[in-house]
Amino acid sequence: MEKSLTRYIWSNTRFQQIWILMVVAASMIPYFLSFDLPKQIVNGPIQGTGFEVEGATQTFMRIQYTLPYFGKVMFFKGLQLTRFEMLMALSLVFLLLVVINGLFKLYINTYKGRLGERMLRRIRFELIDRVLRFPPSQFKRVKSAEIATMIKDEVEPMGGFTGDAFVQPALLGGQAITALVFIILQNFWLGMIAAGIVAVQGVVIPRMRKRLLELGRQRQLTARELSGRVGEIVDGIGTIHGNDTSNYERADIAARLGLIFSIRYDLYQWKFLVKFINNFLAQITPFLFYSIGGVLALQGRLDIGQLVAVINAYKDLPGPLKELIDWDQSRQDVQVKYAQVVEQFNVDMLVDPHIQAVVREPVGKLEHSLNAVNLTLSDDSGARLVEHVSLEIKLGETVAIVGASGGGGEAIAEAFGRLIWPDSGRITIDGTDILDLPESITGRRIAYAASDAYFFHGTLRDNLLYGLKHAPLTKVEYDGTKAAKYKWNINEARLAGNPDLDLNSDWVDYQSAGVTGPHDIFRVVRPVLEAVMISQDIVDLALRSQVDTTTHSDLTSRIVELRQALRKTLQDENLDGLVVPFEPKVYNPQATIGENLLFGTVKRPMMTNLKLAAHPYFRSILRESGLNVDLYKMGLEIAANAIELFEDLPPDHPFFQQLTFMTADDIPAYQLLLQKLQGRDFDAASPDERSSIIRLSFAYIEPRHRFGLLTDELMAKIVEARLRFHKNLPDDLKAVIERYDPKKFITSANLMDNVLFGRIGYAQADGPDRIRVILRNLFDELGVYDSVLSIGLDFDVGSGGKRITNVQRQKLNVARALLKRSDYVIFNRPLPALDQRVQDQITRNIMLDLHEEGHAPAIIWVLANSSLANLFDRVLVFDRGTLAEDGTHATLLEKNGIFKELVS
Amino acid sequence: MLLKDEVEMLRRIPLFSGVAPAKLKLLAFTSDRVSYRADQALFRQGDMGDAAYVILSGTAEVSVDTPNGQIKVAEVEHDSIVGEIAILCDVLRTATVTASTPLEALRISKEHFLKLLSDYPEMTIEIMRVLASRLSHTTAELSEERSKH
Repeated sequence: MEKSLTRYIWSNTRFQQIWILMVVAASMIPYFLSFDLPKQIVNGPIQGTGFEVEGATQTFMRIQYTLPYFGKVMFFKGLQLTRFEMLMALSLVFLLLVVINGLFKLYINTYKGRLGERMLRRIRFELIDRVLRFPPSQFKRVKSAEIATMIKDEVEPMGGFTGDAFVQPALLGGQAITALVFIILQNFWLGMIAAGIVAVQGVVIPRMRKRLLELGRQRQLTARELSGRVGEIVDGIGTIHGNDTSNYERADIAARLGLIFSIRYDLYQWKFLVKFINNFLAQITPFLFYSIGGVLALQGRLDIGQLVAVINAYKDLPGPLKELIDWDQSRQDVQVKYAQVVEQFNVDMLVDPHIQAVVREPVGKLEHSLNAVNLTLSDDSGARLVEHVSLEIKLGETVAIVGASGGGGEAIAEAFGRLIWPDSGRITIDGTDILDLPESITGRRIAYAASDAYFFHGTLRDNLLYGLKHAPLTKVEYDGTKAAKYKWNINEARLAGNPDLDLNSDWVDYQSAGVTGPHDIFRVVRPVLEAVMISQDIVDLALRSQVDTTTHSDLTSRIVELRQALRKTLQDENLDGLVVPFEPKVYNPQATIGENLLFGTVKRPMMTNLKLAAHPYFRSILRESGLNVDLYKMGLEIAANAIELFEDLPPDHPFFQQLTFMTADDIPAYQLLLQKLQGRDFDAASPDERSSIIRLSFAYIEPRHRFGLLTDELMAKIVEARLRFHKNLPDDLKAVIERYDPKKFITSANLMDNVLFGRIGYAQADGPDRIRVILRNLFDELGVYDSVLSIGLDFDVGSGGKRITNVQRQKLNVARALLKRSDYVIFNRPLPALDQRVQDQITRNIMLDLHEEGHAPAIIWVLANSSLANLFDRVLVFDRGTLAEDGTHATLLEKNGIFKELVS
Repeated sequence: MLLKDEVEMLRRIPLFSGVAPAKLKLLAFTSDRVSYRADQALFRQGDMGDAAYVILSGTAEVSVDTPNGQIKVAEVEHDSIVGEIAILCDVLRTATVTASTPLEALRISKEHFLKLLSDYPEMTIEIMRVLASRLSHTTAELSEERSKH
């Protein structure tokens, strides 16, 4: 990158800079005209010069020039105006000039602003582009948060400066020089005094500012380090809590903030000292004019008129001068920042841009073997990981790499995955170093998965198909305003040196995954998910999630069929009691009383149970049906029972888990309440007391709590109230309550609740587990399994994939590598978080089932368990950085070497 | 069945006979009532033990896997407790228990069961008595078996 900011700005924006300079120059004409006009108005029509005679007129707007060769040329002979007309005409011209000046200013400022913003966009993009091209070793040294601050904050002032980079000095310099020349013309010596002071200002101030710049640089570095540390604290929070080192971190942060404070305070002091000296120097000039000029005038060597003119002219000098010095200050400041940033991004061995060029066409299969030639790898400290290894992996060959961990196998795999670059030797395909091959070949035809799977913020689907998003493959057609907006976006991107790739295009390369489009992607996704044993997890995610009925209408429109099929399956297997279905006119004993009353779900967060309980309509239903008294009595019973059971237990006793309707902390309050209310009737309780008692009954489930409080009569009353509640539901509640309707999908409930449309019986042993198995089979039978997976894949994995477990991440990482259908698939101990048994099962699934399924890539697997090596065509044994043994499983076993020792 | 009926049943079980009714009610409340169909397994040999079961009604068969297939070793009926070994000594289930008739049971989770034992020493002593009697029973059977050969 260009080291000097000024040159960087000039080389990227010179035409715009020249244009804006010309516009600024043009804007000077109306600007100066508007200076002259007031004098004309005052002298002419107001004071009456030229209108001495009654009815006299003056010529207005005569346009006449004396041109060489042509003599006097009259373009417009002008109008004859009276004094009043003249006043109006000149005032209107003044107004016109005001408008023109304003428009010029508007145009110039907007133009400069846009120029700056484009520049900022360009710099930021260029920096990120370089990050994408850093060699892998660079990432071991930099902190992500520091890079983020540099790109986000540190380059920000450069945008603002860009617009002023050339215009400001030209404009202010011009004004200052004009003023100075005017002074010199009035009186040479006084002019020289002014020039001398300006020169002193020009020399002293920048010198003093050197220290300011140095402090500014330190401020930038310390702030950047601070954000790096903040990033570390966030990433390492588990380790901090685990070791009780939060106070160590506090001390570290406090020390850094202290340092930053001292730098900033120093900066602050210097800034105002410089300002003071600057102001002093500016003020000393008039002092010299008055004193020296005055003495000269007294001695008669200087005309008083001249002195006044000089002092008047001087008024115009300090303004531009000060701004010019300020401009210089910000120039240096920005330059320092820029240099600081550029230094961090000027990295050796940057990946050449053509290696990452966009390739929209399908990339053909590799037709040559993968060779490591005399390969030597070392870690960051220089320790050798692998020494002089040469090997060849043929197309379609499956290779197990075994050996002690740290023996070199992992390093070889990383080198194949281009995560470490060789010290010497190279990895080639058909004679070309893989580091020189475009990533469109290496990134698509070679897949790599290790244990440190990274997941981007987004859905599971985005992450699973991430390995297929190489280029925008479809052309999105925009219409109307969207088309205009798109065109504008593309144009702006080009002007700022950004690429014009459309993010809205479908980037997923379905063809290379072996399918035709989004509709049949599950044909390949499902076997892969089964192979890595994660489909059950994804189905569970789907069952727990709320479903978007527009994108998944294929499933939601069949909800009635699903519910019926589930009933039928349960009946056929004699499991009727497992799920108690919701029926509009029947009380569901397995659901809470509140749920039976509401018979629907509330749309959170617009509505909550608490808000509903306080709603006047809901209250009126309770009152009219008399349920409020029944539920109040019931609540008292529940409270009495709960207190009897739990009053002696300490608050952290595990039994409290079972108490669903109150917490351990509520017990004393209810105890008091009970003492007060027991034996008295409903009317004696205050509204607050009533609601805290009635609240308890809402959560009551007879088969679960077994207090024996629910009678047939009460159940009938609740169902009746339910029907009344829904009959005249006011509009505000209609919008936030979804009634259970056997014929409709409930959007505010999760998929599980939707399919069950009922509650799992509490007395059913292992009910939830059994239901899950039944549902899974049911989805498969009805052909909606893929849709359910698709719902599960909508799950948002959170920052860094932290919302799914490490085990799930590692499984998905393997799945992601498999989905690419590469020619060489490299697995570098990809599943350490899993039980050995599951790891082995997944390895078998991949090697035995998937590999036979038609697409047969070469697989290079660094195995954690050597006994699985018999699944592979060939076994490589690494020992202390060298390739110790190489052969088939059978031959190596016969050999009595390291391998035999490893397996036995 | 209601909580108070369960308490009545629990009181009939020797293990809990010494525990105050109020505490039995708490035990019943914090345990899950589960029902099984005939032939449904309460738990299987080799699973992790996470709960003990008090059989309230019905009978169940206790069997163990041997190289020669599954052998029935005992039958348990109402008012008895099964599955307590695995939660007492953190081993995998030592036997499979299957309902032989429709069965109702109270499922006491490991955490609650252990808490109960530490809160009520009389229960612990009762448990020891049950275990010791089982041990002597097993020893008697073993010596009988040995003397046959």
